[in-house]
Amino acid sequence: MLELKHIYKNYNPGSVNEMCLFDDFNLTVPDGQFVAVVGSNGSGKTSMLNIICGSILADRGEVLVNGQNISNQKDYQRHKTIGRVYQDPSKGTCPSMNILENMSIADNKGKTFGLQMGVNKHRKDYYRELLQSLGLGLEDKLYTKVGSLSGGQRQAVALLMSTMTPLEFLILDEHTAALDPKTADIIMELTDKIVREKHVTTIMVTHNLRYAIEYGDRLLMMHEGSVILDKAGEDKSKMNADQIMHLFNEISVECGN
Amino acid sequence: MALVVSVLEQGLCYAIMALGMYITYKILDFPDMTVDGGFPFGICLAVVMIRAGVSPILTLPICFAAGCLIGVCTGIIHVVFHVRDLLAGIIMMTALYSVNLRIAGRANLPMYDYYTIFDNNAVNGIFSKLPSVFSKFQTVIVLLIITAIVKLVLDWYLKTKSGMMLQAVGDNDVLVTSMGVDRGKVRIIGLAIANGLVALSGAVFAQQQRYFDISMGTGTAVIGLASVIIGTALLKKLSFFKITTSVVIGAIVYKACVAIAIKAGLQSTDLKLITAVLFLAILIITRDRKKRVEA
Ligand SMILES: Nc1ncnc2c1ncn2[C@@H]1O[C@H](COP(=O)(O)OP(=O)(O)OP(=O)(O)O)[C@@H](O)[C@H]1O
Ligand SMILES: [Mg+2]
Repeated sequence: MLELKHIYKNYNPGSVNEMCLFDDFNLTVPDGQFVAVVGSNGSGKTSMLNIICGSILADRGEVLVNGQNISNQKDYQRHKTIGRVYQDPSKGTCPSMNILENMSIADNKGKTFGLQMGVNKHRKDYYRELLQSLGLGLEDKLYTKVGSLSGGQRQAVALLMSTMTPLEFLILDEHTAALDPKTADIIMELTDKIVREKHVTTIMVTHNLRYAIEYGDRLLMMHEGSVILDKAGEDKSKMNADQIMHLFNEISVECGN
Repeated sequence: MALVVSVLEQGLCYAIMALGMYITYKILDFPDMTVDGGFPFGICLAVVMIRAGVSPILTLPICFAAGCLIGVCTGIIHVVFHVRDLLAGIIMMTALYSVNLRIAGRANLPMYDYYTIFDNNAVNGIFSKLPSVFSKFQTVIVLLIITAIVKLVLDWYLKTKSGMMLQAVGDNDVLVTSMGVDRGKVRIIGLAIANGLVALSGAVFAQQQRYFDISMGTGTAVIGLASVIIGTALLKKLSFFKITTSVVIGAIVYKACVAIAIKAGLQSTDLKLITAVLFLAILIITRDRKKRVEA
């Protein structure tokens, strides 16, 4: 179980650009739940994920995992059990290494990075198999530098890499945004499959309302640092895209845009 | 001929240092000025040890280990105390100046009458059995062997898991964090290895020159950077070479350029000026200032 309790976050305190984002933000995600998060630009989705993962620190409040406060853990310690795909496709892979090397690094997550050979040739077929599931033809490009792949291809590799080893939480930040519609569908299907197979607690931010409705057990809508809609189970399955779109427009009108 | 031999000798000594700077500058994207203190540190440590009767070959691993410690210090200043990379290096470089004077006890220290890795009973014995043409190249051959060993070990290391993490941290440190690894620690390891190589290079250079002078370190970082930049530029033309090989060649090419400039009539007192101007020329020609994207 993941809990955010009484989170406060001010960006640039004391300057003219001061911006209060979270003011007593709370969220509880039970084990194995697949949460889809939608919300306007700047509503604080990425910031929320960053606070969970320790990439930024909250000014006040606690992040609890299974009841244990992890607010004092460093980002890299928290990432030991977190798989994460970023909004920015270049963040999930190493551009100057090839696909094989990237996947080898991901394959070793959780073990020590010592003086053994970095690439284990016996795992190549397994990597090919994983890549094949993407349907992007990447299985024939094991020796291609990731830097020369397209943003979408990189994001797909990043998804595989972040879910190769056992994990407790999967944190996805608009991981299909850089993909073409067909590939996005494939990746979304794959994501769902991975989440179901591994029973991993997942938070997925998306701007695609269809995905938010079709996938996941729970739907959150965020606006200006708070949750304005939270539907799970039965309630969620009754929602349709029009209703959400309507709500979206309403808050946009409130903001004057 | 004597000129070629001298260029090769100096180039190969500096090549080991350039391999260290390849790690900091190219892999970690960290312009490490520690080198200007770390290189003479290796020199004076080796000279003092040899004068005290330590076996010449033993000075190499000892200097490497001592250099690693220096790199760890630079790393801690940068990673733990958040001092900018360039400044962290300058702080260490300044501190090492005094440390080096302390170790040597004075500003210059010769060791002409001592055995070195190039000139000892074992090496002399081997070369006395070979045809006499080889004797001129005795130092160069020993240097080639040492440099080749260092290069091969570095190549091997970069292929290990630890070495791949090192490359990853310079490439995309967010990924290193995602792997649950402390990126600061990886940086410190990289700086340690790099400065270990720099001090090792100093120890080798000390035995080729057979003396220590406190001014020997000035401009080392520039020579190292120039070698690395020439090396990477060469690689674009000669892609069948490994990057480490082309950095070694880069160091030799750089020393050759300096030798030609002096041959062309400049005084040896102009050496640092030549070093600086050549470096500037290389920077302009290769325009390698931007953070690499494809490389
Ligand atoms: N490092 C930062 N410094 C200052 N302000 C920031 C910083 N990061 C985010 N913000 C501000 O916090 C607000 C929320 O940003 P955040 O990135 O969390 O939004 P988001 O919901 O992920 O938006 P998007 O859908 O565009 O990705 C924005 O108004 C942004 O300007
Ligand atoms: Mg965002």
